[in-house]
Amino acid sequence: MKTTIDRITIALLATLMAVAFYQCKPKGPAEVTIGDAAAQVYVAPGKYDEFYNIVSGGFNGQIGVYGIPSGRLFRIIPVFSLSPESGYGFSEETKPMLNTSKGEVPWDDLHHIALSTTKGEHDGRWIFANGNNTPRVARVSFKSFRTEEILEIPNSGGNHSSPFITENTEYLVAGTRFSVPMGNKDVPINSYKENFKGSISFVKVDPQTGHMSIAFQLRTPGFNFDLSRAGKGPSHGWFFFSCYNTEQAYTLLEVNASQKDKDFIMAVNWKKAEEYLAQGKGRIEKVKYAHNIYSEKTHSATSTMETEVTVLDIEQLPDMVYFIPCPKSPHGCDVDPTGEYIVGSGKLAAMMPVFSFSKIQNAIAKKEFEGDFNGVPVIKYESALHGEVKKPGLGPLHTEFDEKGNAYTSFFVSSEIVKWNVKTLEILDRVPTYYSIGHLSVPGGPTSKPHGKYVIAYNKITKDRYLPTGPELTQSAQLYDISGEKMKLLLDFPTTGEPHYAEAIPASMITANSTKIYKIEENENPFAAKGEAQARVERKGNQVHVYMTAIRSHLTPDNIEGVNVGDEIYFHVTNLEQDWDVPHGFAIKGATNAEILIMPGETQTLKYKPTEVGVVPFYCTDFCSALHQEMSGYLRVSAAGVKTPLKFSTGVPDDATSGAGK
Amino acid sequence: MKTLKPSSRWAIALSALLMVSAYFVPLWQILMWAPQYPEGLEMKIWINTLTGNVKIISALNHYIGMKHIEVSMFPEFSYMIYIVGLIIGVGLLTALANKKILLWIYVFLILGAGVGALVDFYLWGYDYGHNLDPTAPIVVPGMSYQPPLIGTKQLLNFTAFSGPDVGGWIFMVAGVLAVGTLAVEFFLSRKKIAVSATLH
Repeated sequence: MKTTIDRITIALLATLMAVAFYQCKPKGPAEVTIGDAAAQVYVAPGKYDEFYNIVSGGFNGQIGVYGIPSGRLFRIIPVFSLSPESGYGFSEETKPMLNTSKGEVPWDDLHHIALSTTKGEHDGRWIFANGNNTPRVARVSFKSFRTEEILEIPNSGGNHSSPFITENTEYLVAGTRFSVPMGNKDVPINSYKENFKGSISFVKVDPQTGHMSIAFQLRTPGFNFDLSRAGKGPSHGWFFFSCYNTEQAYTLLEVNASQKDKDFIMAVNWKKAEEYLAQGKGRIEKVKYAHNIYSEKTHSATSTMETEVTVLDIEQLPDMVYFIPCPKSPHGCDVDPTGEYIVGSGKLAAMMPVFSFSKIQNAIAKKEFEGDFNGVPVIKYESALHGEVKKPGLGPLHTEFDEKGNAYTSFFVSSEIVKWNVKTLEILDRVPTYYSIGHLSVPGGPTSKPHGKYVIAYNKITKDRYLPTGPELTQSAQLYDISGEKMKLLLDFPTTGEPHYAEAIPASMITANSTKIYKIEENENPFAAKGEAQARVERKGNQVHVYMTAIRSHLTPDNIEGVNVGDEIYFHVTNLEQDWDVPHGFAIKGATNAEILIMPGETQTLKYKPTEVGVVPFYCTDFCSALHQEMSGYLRVSAAGVKTPLKFSTGVPDDATSGAGK
Repeated sequence: MKTLKPSSRWAIALSALLMVSAYFVPLWQILMWAPQYPEGLEMKIWINTLTGNVKIISALNHYIGMKHIEVSMFPEFSYMIYIVGLIIGVGLLTALANKKILLWIYVFLILGAGVGALVDFYLWGYDYGHNLDPTAPIVVPGMSYQPPLIGTKQLLNFTAFSGPDVGGWIFMVAGVLAVGTLAVEFFLSRKKIAVSATLH
């Protein structure tokens, strides 16, 4: 009997041990309590958000425009990608926008946003964005929210370190991600050290028109340029670039470019570069790159092929460029609002160095160098260092700033935002992000006058945050309140494409200037029909030009005859409306390109090549009025060689079957 | 030759038969959580193989220079089936042959196997956590990544847990049964001696 009791006791003990043991197992991340978050992000129907959030779309080549704090998506601006929805890149007027030295490149990888600044503060004029794949920069108007200019960047292997801007938008930069042999040379890949070079373009921005032109290029030793920021205030006149792969690896970079304890932050004195340029120290190189400009007057783009750049070689021109050692493949290279501190985020480093601009100047003056890299002085790490943020987290990527002297750094590996004090380097708070944050944005965060209030996380992993949609998921952005001492998660909102950098700007700086309509009398499109009286069809050889007008609720002409299989038909559609929010659309059955959307007062052209005989309907695609469904027409297509008389009309019944109207 | 109580023979037979489960359920588990892996990653150690998110874990571990985990790297998986088979055999023989000396051998084997497995597991863990590729992308000075032997441990962004799985628990019950039986037999014989001593 006793032995049985012993055994039961032992069994019980074992079970208890097991239960106790399992209690030790950690639980997954706890749900974050968010208190009155709902009230903080609620924007009542008909009310406006406080900020515009201009968000890069990554591999969709577009820019998303969101409201903060609601997280509502307002608009997707096509920049480097075709948009069959609006006809961008498909209409005859916008086709030149995507032209490059390689012909039309209808897609790009849009990573970073830079909003124009004056005296280091947002001025609400332009949005700049980079094309990472086929090196390009773009300028988008804050009035029309449309892409107005695209400039191809020659001598670049991939435009990642871009389009960061100087204090007064004097320049935006375009630093190559990949070093490549300059001038399309056919060389062995393993001749990297000998033949591969880096290239940084300084693109001048016209202060009035915003038009971009390459002022000069810096030729650098071959390694990778990641991100950059201009100095401001005391450091205005300088630009800072993070460099990785100073190992100069050309294969398995994940290992071979991660070997050195320190890579570089490259400090460029661009005022000095301007001096060299003025002294004629640059050399002209023959290149080929496209410069595409869209005019709001003609509602058309032109593409010009440029053929020259001026190159300044940093290995030969002294006192212009310095390297600062920065631990382990730095990614972010962010300058605080005062312009004194430069934060290097070594994405594989266990701490974050903060450099001091005044110390850098001091080190340069006293020549506190530890050596040189291909003739470019390398400043001693300690001489440039303000201090290190100790044990901040894992995988630091980017830093934004608020108006109170705090920095917010994103940590990809440990999936969190860490708030720290720029001066004291003390860590103040940390919040998890869901999951694996990449970029982050504080309104005005990169300017000398941050607006603060929120930090927005753009995460790289979404997983279980939303209803699943198969293997491809939406992207996860998160809004945090930073008005108090502790950061507070308020909202998850999905985004399109894959956001990289984004900026937020107070809506009050933008809304009043927003274009409502284009004035029809100012329309200088050569194919405009500025009234139904001008609507017509003209044949020039096998080209047929239809000067069509659209107004609620008819297209003029809506009956067109006398075109043949094999003709090229151009539908030049002018929207005659002069009222806010009355766009019309135009689509024709079997068009192998897209539709076009035409804003009030605008003219856009869709090319159509009929391939078979028949009568082809066309119609307005943008629901414009109660009689939108009636806004349609017919195109009669005759066989090639058949001489059907050219005829066009609207509202003139001409009934062939009954004979009425004859 | 000393014999066993009938209840002891039944207990040992049960203990030995319980261990047959080792061929059908995992013995040990390593679970991992990270901010990006709220659902967790798991690796199950069986008598002759590894299952679970082994590939994903290996892919993550390569950043810090840990070796790629392959079943073929562990010779243990080829002979553990025989060791466990031997122990089961000895257990059943103990019950059938009814000899106390066999019970001692059985308990020794089962405890030896348990301790041996833990030591082996520790050594593998040490090797994995310390023998890192010096060219790994992420090298955190002074950091090693040895998984916990039993319990939880924070390894960079991962919380790792190590502990017995179903098979391991059954194994322990089998061991407790064996040791318990031996204890009962031992105390009983001492009592018998005491009784006979007073009688004399």
